[in-house]
Amino acid sequence: MSSITIDASCHYAQNHEWIRIEGDVAVVGISDYAQDQLGDIVYVELPQVGDQLAQGDSFGVVESVKAASDCYLPVSGKIIAVNDQLESEPELVNSDPFGEGWFVRLQTSDPAQLESLMDAPAYATFCEQDN
Amino acid sequence: MTYIPHTPEQLAQMLKTVGVDSTDRLFDVIPQEHRFPDLDLPPALSEPELADVFRQLSEQNDDLDHATSFLGAGAYHHYIPSIVGHVVSRSELYTAYTPYQPEVSQGTLQAIFEYQSMICALTGMDACNASHYDGATALAESIITTIAAGRGRRRQVVMAPSVHPQYRQVCASYTSGMDVDIATAGNPRATPETLLSMVDNQTACLIVQSPDYFGRIHDLAPVASALHDMGALLVVVTHPISLGLLKPPGGQGADIVVGDGQPLGNPLAFGGPHLGFFGCTKSLVRRMSGRLVGETVDDGGNRGYVLTLSTREQHIRRGKASSNICTNQGLNALAAAVYLSVMGKQGLAQVARLCYHKAHHAATLINRVAGFSAEMDHPFFNEFTVECPCDATDLCARIYDQAGIVAGYPLKPDFPDLANQLLVCVTEVNSSEQIAALAGALAEATA
Amino acid sequence: MIEPIIYELGRPGRTGIDLPACDVPESPLPRELLRDDLDLPEVSQLDVMRHYVRLSQMNYGVDVGMYPLGSCTMKYNPKINEDIARLPGFGSTHPLQPEATVQGNLQLLFEMQQALAELSGFDAVSLQPAAGAHGELAGVLMIRAYHASRGDTQRQVMLIPDSAHGTNPASTTMAGFRPIELPSDPRGNVDLTELAKHLNDDLAGMMLTNPNTLGLFDEQITQISNMVHAAGGLMYGDGANFNAMMGIAKPADLGFDVMHFNLHKTFATPHGGGGPGSGPVGATVTLAPFLPGPIAQRIDEADDPADTHRHGYHLQMPSRSIGRLKAFHGNYGVIVRAYAYIRSLGAAGLRQASEMAVLNANYVQTKLQDVLPLPYDRTCAHECVLQGIVDGADSIHALDISKRLIDHGFHPPTNYFPLIVPEALMIEPTETESLETLDSYCSAVRRIAKEAIDSPELLHNAPSSAPVGRLDEVRAARQLRLRWLPASKSNADDR
Repeated sequence: MSSITIDASCHYAQNHEWIRIEGDVAVVGISDYAQDQLGDIVYVELPQVGDQLAQGDSFGVVESVKAASDCYLPVSGKIIAVNDQLESEPELVNSDPFGEGWFVRLQTSDPAQLESLMDAPAYATFCEQDN
Repeated sequence: MTYIPHTPEQLAQMLKTVGVDSTDRLFDVIPQEHRFPDLDLPPALSEPELADVFRQLSEQNDDLDHATSFLGAGAYHHYIPSIVGHVVSRSELYTAYTPYQPEVSQGTLQAIFEYQSMICALTGMDACNASHYDGATALAESIITTIAAGRGRRRQVVMAPSVHPQYRQVCASYTSGMDVDIATAGNPRATPETLLSMVDNQTACLIVQSPDYFGRIHDLAPVASALHDMGALLVVVTHPISLGLLKPPGGQGADIVVGDGQPLGNPLAFGGPHLGFFGCTKSLVRRMSGRLVGETVDDGGNRGYVLTLSTREQHIRRGKASSNICTNQGLNALAAAVYLSVMGKQGLAQVARLCYHKAHHAATLINRVAGFSAEMDHPFFNEFTVECPCDATDLCARIYDQAGIVAGYPLKPDFPDLANQLLVCVTEVNSSEQIAALAGALAEATA
Repeated sequence: MIEPIIYELGRPGRTGIDLPACDVPESPLPRELLRDDLDLPEVSQLDVMRHYVRLSQMNYGVDVGMYPLGSCTMKYNPKINEDIARLPGFGSTHPLQPEATVQGNLQLLFEMQQALAELSGFDAVSLQPAAGAHGELAGVLMIRAYHASRGDTQRQVMLIPDSAHGTNPASTTMAGFRPIELPSDPRGNVDLTELAKHLNDDLAGMMLTNPNTLGLFDEQITQISNMVHAAGGLMYGDGANFNAMMGIAKPADLGFDVMHFNLHKTFATPHGGGGPGSGPVGATVTLAPFLPGPIAQRIDEADDPADTHRHGYHLQMPSRSIGRLKAFHGNYGVIVRAYAYIRSLGAAGLRQASEMAVLNANYVQTKLQDVLPLPYDRTCAHECVLQGIVDGADSIHALDISKRLIDHGFHPPTNYFPLIVPEALMIEPTETESLETLDSYCSAVRRIAKEAIDSPELLHNAPSSAPVGRLDEVRAARQLRLRWLPASKSNADDR
């Protein structure tokens, strides 16, 4: 467990998505813990720019060789960008899950929803228990 | 003959190891009132008896090795090179399971990879899967694919009425539990261009068949570009032998190409097992259902093959899979691969040409028979419709009784308004004598 | 050991077969409709044969050795059935020939329908579905049509145990229903308390494999079907494991309303490297009218003395059929083989097959339960599930044990399924394996368990004796190469 990184600037959902607020835009991806569990990522299916989604909606699928996991949006919002680089380099999710391995950027509609998520220390505890 | 090797001594030894005094004990969990029911089945047969019973049963059929036939309509009588049967009879190939353990299944995997490659070359598509049950189910799956490609936002399909009637029925059954609307035109002769007027921004795809059910070849390029402008996809049903001669749908803008590969080295077998092929463009690969074999390397750097993109499939994705398909038609795909390998570039082109010329010759001869009119105005490959001076079903029955020739397939069952029409198919196995005999039989039966 | 791609064995201008010259006048070809090139191999017939022989030598089949894949029933494929299926009277008949010319075929279909009905207790059978999953789709669509016919369109839920094969929820979704997963209890049965939570007006039915994929017969089967029926639902049976049931119990007696068979499992037709299979569907009187069609029927002289309806065998659509699920009548060539198998064994033989299948699996379970963990300590049916976990060898997983079995001359069992057992190894020997083979298999597993502790690298590096080593599946998925292209064309990462 000690080798797993938890980015302190993010909030986390129970399904291991992270969200980082950058002004009025939020960035979403999956955590280091998640990519470690999934193994080598081979493909990420992402939504379309312009999609309006609610908190808890499935916004994509992350695939390894043996599994495909749905990703759920931690907060509601409108998708304003998707990480096209993942199309040709899905391994970025493994190597840099909090940076280059980001999934989507969205315009959040309800900042208060952040409070329903875990902060970094709470997520660390959550992962320990998950183990 | 049970093929069970246990001797009485071994049976006793095994029961002792397991700790029961009889095999009956192993079924104590079954509710007693339902345990060990009587089975009213014919008595067991030894191998020689079995051979005899089934030989007699088979001889109660008139087979096409012994009769002249011009039947097509979705199943075709072609010559199967002898080598095909020998290859598919190799135990290591036909008694193998689905190649989930790639290290011990490289034979199957490479053969399917080669099959995929050849079907791509034939159809002009970027990728193709390891098979569907048949052309009809491949077409049904293509509907699911085009709807998924549009993320479910477009749920209307426009289907040409000249697509094989059974294929259309299968599509209707397959989609009966999905929120999909399949629209078609009333006139069976409607060409693809006329169907464009039915396409709008709710249409996921337009499905056309070329050569169509009536044998007619259609130019697809103008249809494809108009469709793409409207954001819809083009699905083409085609005949693999015709692709030995004709422009492939891939080169004309098709997004998905499906059809039945039975003519490629697979026997008629009274309708199955046949072979659904499915090819698509690069952008649709991840939406395609069915198994896919991909090339990779092993830990020593050697080239090898594995099933790939398995996460689309039911064993991983379960309720969210692109399809429920598991067992497909692997051995039939192998037969097709062997057929295409031994026929090769020249052989397939030659078969296609023979079919084309013989069919056109037959149509010409039939047109000279009083009262008959073979449709030759529209370009066709090796099937064409014939307008008869009487009910085509009765006519066929008379001709079979009188001359032992299966003249064709009457359209009446599927097109009640076309009761006097017959669908005639000519392949490379029909000699010029047989074709002359057909024309003669049509004349005699209506003299 | 690399075998070239078939294209690589060719040379421009080579042909593999010659054809007769055209014996009719040629017609003009429509130039603008012709293709420019046709990229198929140009290989001599000898090279084609060698290529496929060499490919076959890289393959493992039932005819090579034991193939104990759980729920696949890899039993011996009798060769006489191959000859029978190839008789021209069967193989060279066209599905659209007039019925009077194929009475033998229609009789075979009819008798096969009857045989399957007799074995299962169902009232009617359709032989049209081409595989188990296809049969499942038929069954779920039939249940849907049944409820719709009674105005119960709100019934949309299909209950499926967590041990079920992936095709079950996939078929459910395709039919427009909602799959809900039911947990199993510690004895491997469906958890009745959980089941009880779903007995309401939304319930369309339940899909159950019995015996299930844990190799266990549900101890509460009649309670389950009674509960589901009382709530207005129907019971779908996944017949993949029917090899444990022939002459032992009839699914219809246990409360199933509709069930599919896998002819390529229970009835000894070859797996073909991925098909063709055949997935007939049986139904009770209630659901019979909804079966996919057409199905074979017989009109006897006694029923029709004036011969107004033509005596003999015919094809007919069931009265409220869900329609056609495939072109023509079904995978007839597979059906012929399966029917020959049934006639070869007869009632006593089929029961004996199931008894020996169950005995063989229990024997393996007994011999290996001290070597590998046994999650469910009960009499198993025709397959047993053990776990690929070795005490004192933490780095070893089910996958490693499976790959090492290849080096010992055996095909691996099913791995990682059912999903509810971690490191699952599902072993189905089938009844055609002898005691010597079973003992040899168990010895190999025992040796491997020891290797896991003494020399785990043997397992991690396995297989070392196969034509290829472990293949990079990640690379296959990231760098899609789904067709061969000559070196001159781009063969680079094709996304």
